Amino acid sequence: MTLSEEQLAEGFGAVSKVPSRTRVVARRFFASTQGRIGFAVLALMFLLAFAGPLISPWSYTDKDFTAFMQPPSTRHWFGTLQTGSDVFAVTLRGMQKSLVVGLLAALISTALAAVVGSFGGYFLGWTDRTLSWVTDLLLVLPAFLVLAILSPVFGPGQWALFVVMLALFLWMVTSKIVRGMAISVKQREFVQAARYMGVPPVRIIFRHVIPNLSSLLIVDATLNVSTAILTETSLSYFGFGIQPPDVSFGTLIADGSKTAVYAPWTFWFVAGLLVVTVLAVNLIGDALRDAFDPSSGRRR
Amino acid sequence: MAGFLARRLLSYAVLVSVAASLAYLLAATALDPRSNYADRTPKPPPAVVDAQLTALNLNDKTPLLQRYATWAGGVLHGDFGKTVTGAPVNEDLKRRMGVTFRLVIVGLICGSLLGVLVGALAAVRQYGWFDRLTTGLSFLVLAVPVVVLANVLILVATWANENVFGRYVFLVSGEYSDGLTTGFLGHLVDRLQHLILPTISLSVGLIAVFSRYQRNMMLDVLDADFVRTARAKGLSRRRALTRHALRTALIPVVTYFAFTFGALLTGATFTEKIFGWHGLGEQLINSIFSNDVNTVAAISLLAAVAVLAASFASDLLHAALDPRVRA
Repeated sequence: MTLSEEQLAEGFGAVSKVPSRTRVVARRFFASTQGRIGFAVLALMFLLAFAGPLISPWSYTDKDFTAFMQPPSTRHWFGTLQTGSDVFAVTLRGMQKSLVVGLLAALISTALAAVVGSFGGYFLGWTDRTLSWVTDLLLVLPAFLVLAILSPVFGPGQWALFVVMLALFLWMVTSKIVRGMAISVKQREFVQAARYMGVPPVRIIFRHVIPNLSSLLIVDATLNVSTAILTETSLSYFGFGIQPPDVSFGTLIADGSKTAVYAPWTFWFVAGLLVVTVLAVNLIGDALRDAFDPSSGRRR
Repeated sequence: MAGFLARRLLSYAVLVSVAASLAYLLAATALDPRSNYADRTPKPPPAVVDAQLTALNLNDKTPLLQRYATWAGGVLHGDFGKTVTGAPVNEDLKRRMGVTFRLVIVGLICGSLLGVLVGALAAVRQYGWFDRLTTGLSFLVLAVPVVVLANVLILVATWANENVFGRYVFLVSGEYSDGLTTGFLGHLVDRLQHLILPTISLSVGLIAVFSRYQRNMMLDVLDADFVRTARAKGLSRRRALTRHALRTALIPVVTYFAFTFGALLTGATFTEKIFGWHGLGEQLINSIFSNDVNTVAAISLLAAVAVLAASFASDLLHAALDPRVRA
């Protein structure tokens, strides 16, 4: 065995012991207290939202005509509303909608940011100028304003359309960051190699550029979930978002705040769940960012 | 430098006009002023409704582009058209602009100054009790939307008025009390009593964002060579930190300021509506419900101008802080 062969063998041995990137990130994520707490709390929230209605004796459409505006009791865990609805059941129903809306809107907007940013950064020239201009234009008008103006378009029951519109106004800042990073990835050897091998540009973007930005995109998607939930809440609070008969955190908080002075249970439970959910998502996002960043561990 | 700023101003002017046109077209398509006449009793004849809508430039039977041209022509002469009730939009907005301006400026100054201060202090004593406390608090604050925060503030203030002070210390509705006869000082105190809660609700989020950002930027420069050089040169620690570290760390934060301004305007909208201040944000929400296309478009234009003015201000501040930009 020659020396180079030995080195080669050693090299391969070392490679097989190196854990995969996903594993490294997962280990670092769960090593941080933030990550553990955030993950556990969010998992609990999902469990509550989707398994909670199964154990509750009341469904969100039930009305208890013997208990209007009653404080929490063994019969109604979170009390009841003016209409006799069970606050626990209604809150979980709103939570389901808010979680789904937040997740979907974050996914769509991050995907959009990835595509727009990397196309601009990869092609540069006119493509970049046009896309950057559109991005700047959308940043000029506050998203709430545009969504509020468009609110008559998404009437009752059309929450899917609302999710798409929400996503359309959340992607701009991320796409600016993605663009900057795509410009630098374009200079890397593997992208150059792919170009000289004649791989079409669109394919390079989806196969090489975007996967190399995945850590940024995953962190951003997580943080966008909380932004989307907060935006949805604010819009629905004023009646611009989720419309009845659908309920969400926003509509519940709007109703609850009117009666909060003399019936605190109509407001504090839903407000508390919202804050805890968003807090958990933010903690996960922060821990993920640290887990993806190889230099963050050394600073501590 | 002057050339750079002039180019910026030009591109901002283009962005404002396109954004405002977009907002008008969206509002004119999505809102339906005709429906305002549907529930009136007695029901007005269609011809009368048409005539009224045409007079207000709101008739959906007129082609969209023609309505847009009429509106844009008016705006170029400084006339934003008429509200759905026929009153001029200009008069109404002029009154409301002052209200929003006061709220936003006070919130902005409190929020950014306190945020930068908190962030810088936290960074200087990294992992001290202050750093840990502010990190925890800012995480919590960032998870509370303004609509919840404002309502919580109202509930807490009402409770405190009743149980702690025994009189009305915090006033939770409106900008000032009507019919006060207490002279200038009384008016001032009354205004402050009204101002305190909306300002908290508006600036707490800003403080959280700015302090996080400032802390990270400050940590990056604290170990930098130029800070050590400044100390070696004989500057006191305080002077080296404020003159050299803080000033350098402020540069990226100033750029960030432009991005947060849109969020601040949105926050002001919620705050105005919930605390009953009769400002632009409140009017925006009301006019969407009353299908008031011209008012919505005018407020959108003002919002775009405000966002770009903030962006321009951040360019200027950037130049003031960073000599390399001025060159």
